[in-house]
Amino acid sequence: MTNHASHDAPPGAHPSAGRARPWSPSALELERRAYRRSRTVRSAAIASISTIVVVGVLGIVVTSSSGWPRVQETFFDWDKAVASFPAVLNGLWLNIRVLLVCSVLITALGLTIAVMRTLRGPVFFPLRLFGAAFTDLFRGLPLLLVLLLLGFGVPALALDGVPQEAVFWGCAALVLSYSAYVAEVFRAGIESVHPSQRAAARSLGLTHTQSLRFVIVPQAIRRVLPPLLNDFVSLQKDSGLIAVLGVVDAIRAAQIETARDFNFTPYVVAGVLFVCLTIPMARFTDWVARKQGFQGGGLV
Amino acid sequence: MSLLSITGLRKAFGPNVVLDAFDLDVAAGECVVLIGASGSGKSTLLRCVNLLETVDDGVITLAGQDITDPRVNPDQVRARMGMVFQAYNLFPHLSVLDNIMLAPVRVHRRPRAEARAAALAILERVGLADKARVRPDELSGGQQQRVAIARALVNSPELMLLDEVTSALDPELVGEVLDLLVSLKGEGMTMVLATHEMAFAKEVADRVCFLHGGQIHEEGPPATLLSAPTKERTRAFLSRFVGL
Repeated sequence: MTNHASHDAPPGAHPSAGRARPWSPSALELERRAYRRSRTVRSAAIASISTIVVVGVLGIVVTSSSGWPRVQETFFDWDKAVASFPAVLNGLWLNIRVLLVCSVLITALGLTIAVMRTLRGPVFFPLRLFGAAFTDLFRGLPLLLVLLLLGFGVPALALDGVPQEAVFWGCAALVLSYSAYVAEVFRAGIESVHPSQRAAARSLGLTHTQSLRFVIVPQAIRRVLPPLLNDFVSLQKDSGLIAVLGVVDAIRAAQIETARDFNFTPYVVAGVLFVCLTIPMARFTDWVARKQGFQGGGLV
Repeated sequence: MSLLSITGLRKAFGPNVVLDAFDLDVAAGECVVLIGASGSGKSTLLRCVNLLETVDDGVITLAGQDITDPRVNPDQVRARMGMVFQAYNLFPHLSVLDNIMLAPVRVHRRPRAEARAAALAILERVGLADKARVRPDELSGGQQQRVAIARALVNSPELMLLDEVTSALDPELVGEVLDLLVSLKGEGMTMVLATHEMAFAKEVADRVCFLHGGQIHEEGPPATLLSAPTKERTRAFLSRFVGL
C-alpha cells in the first residue's frame, strides 16, 4: 500500500470497507504539492531576509551612534554584571519561592471565591455577597497599597500570634490581590460552560456541588488555562514588589549593587533573569492555547 | 457542460481513506442527493467542494475552473457557493439580519442599505420577516435553519451545498425547511445535499447517489434507486428505512 506523504498509514490499516486499494499521488497532485512547497519556501525566505536586514540595520544604527559607548558602559558592563550576578541570583531565589507558594494559594483561593459566586439559592447569599465583595475590593485596591498596608501596618500592631515577617505579609498581599483577578477568570470560565452540560449532569442525579466539581469546573479550567497562565506570568514579575517591604529579592539586590557606583548593569542582569524566568511560562501558555485552539479545528 | 465536476477525488484522514477515486458531475440546475451510512463521506465531500478540506488528490472544477489548484484564492471560490450545516452554525452574537448581511457587506462589498434590503427580502422569502431583529437563540431549530439557508442564499450562489440540514429538526420543523428547499429547486438552483431523509430525497432529487467504500456505489433517479436498488449493499442500507 502506498502511503500518503503527510498521513503515513500503518501497513494494513485501511478501514474503508476493508479494501486496500493501492494509491500513489497523481502527477497533478505532485505538481500541487511542489507548488505549495515552493510557496512555503518563498515565504520563509522573505521572512528570514527581512528579519536579517532589519536587525542588521538597527544594530549598525545603535552601535554607531555617538552615545553608544556611554550606554554600553552604564548598562552593559560585563565585569559589573559578573560581579553582581551572585547577589541578584540569590535575590531571585526568593522571587521563585514566593511565586511557587503564592501561585498554589492563589489558585485555591481564586477557585473558591469563583465557586462561591456561582452558588445558587438564598441559603448561599452570604457566600455570594462575600465573593462579590472580595473581588470588588481587591481588584480595586492597588497592589502596592495592599503591600504597604499589610507589610508595614499589621506588624506594627504587634498583635500576639500574628507573624511579623515582611515576606509573610508580602505574600499575603499578593495572594489577596491576585486571587481576586484569578477568581474572575475562573468565574468567566464556569459561566462559559453551556447550560446543557449542567442539565446533563443534574439529570444524572449529581448534586449542584458534584456537577460543579466533576463536570463544570474541569471544562472551565481547560478553557481559562491560557488567561490563567497569563496572570501567573504577571505574578512572577509582581513578586518583585515585595522588595518595598525591605526584603532582598532580585530587584532589591540589583538596587543595592547599583547604589555602589551608579552603574545600572545589575538592573539589566535582574531584568534578563526575570525574562529568562518568564519565557518558559510564556511558551507553555502559547502551547496550551494552541493545543486548545486546534481542537476540532480545520483548514479555516 | 456540468457546473460542478469532481474527478478522481481522494481524501484521507490519517489511515482512514474517506473518499477514494471519487467521481461526480452535477449539471446546472440539477439537485443531487447524497445518501449513505454515517462515515461514508457525504460531509467530507461537501467540505472538500467548499474547500474546507484540502483534497489529497483529484480535481474539482466549478463552472470550468479548477478550484483545487493551490493558486486559486479559496475565499473567492467559497463566495460563489452557499453552504448550510447540520447545526445551523449561525453567529450567536449577531441578530438574524446581521447574520445575513455579514457576507454581502464584508465579502461582496455591497452598500449597507442595499444589503439590508436584500437581507429583508430573503427573510420574507423564508417566512421570517418578523424575526430580523432577534438573536438566533430565540428561534426554533427550523427557524434557525431557514435563517442559515437565507444567509447562504442572499449571496446568489451558483451552487448550494447542504449538509444534513434537517437532521437536528423534529418532523414538523423538517417540513418547513424541506418546503423551502423544494421551492428553491423549482427556481433552478443547483444543489448538492447530504441527507438521511429518504422521503425528501424522493421529492427533491433529480439523482440520488448512494455512497459506500469511498465512491458512489450506486446512483440513479430517486424512483428507481430508492424503490428498486440493484446492488446488495444499497438494498441493505435502504431496508433500514420504513415506508419507502
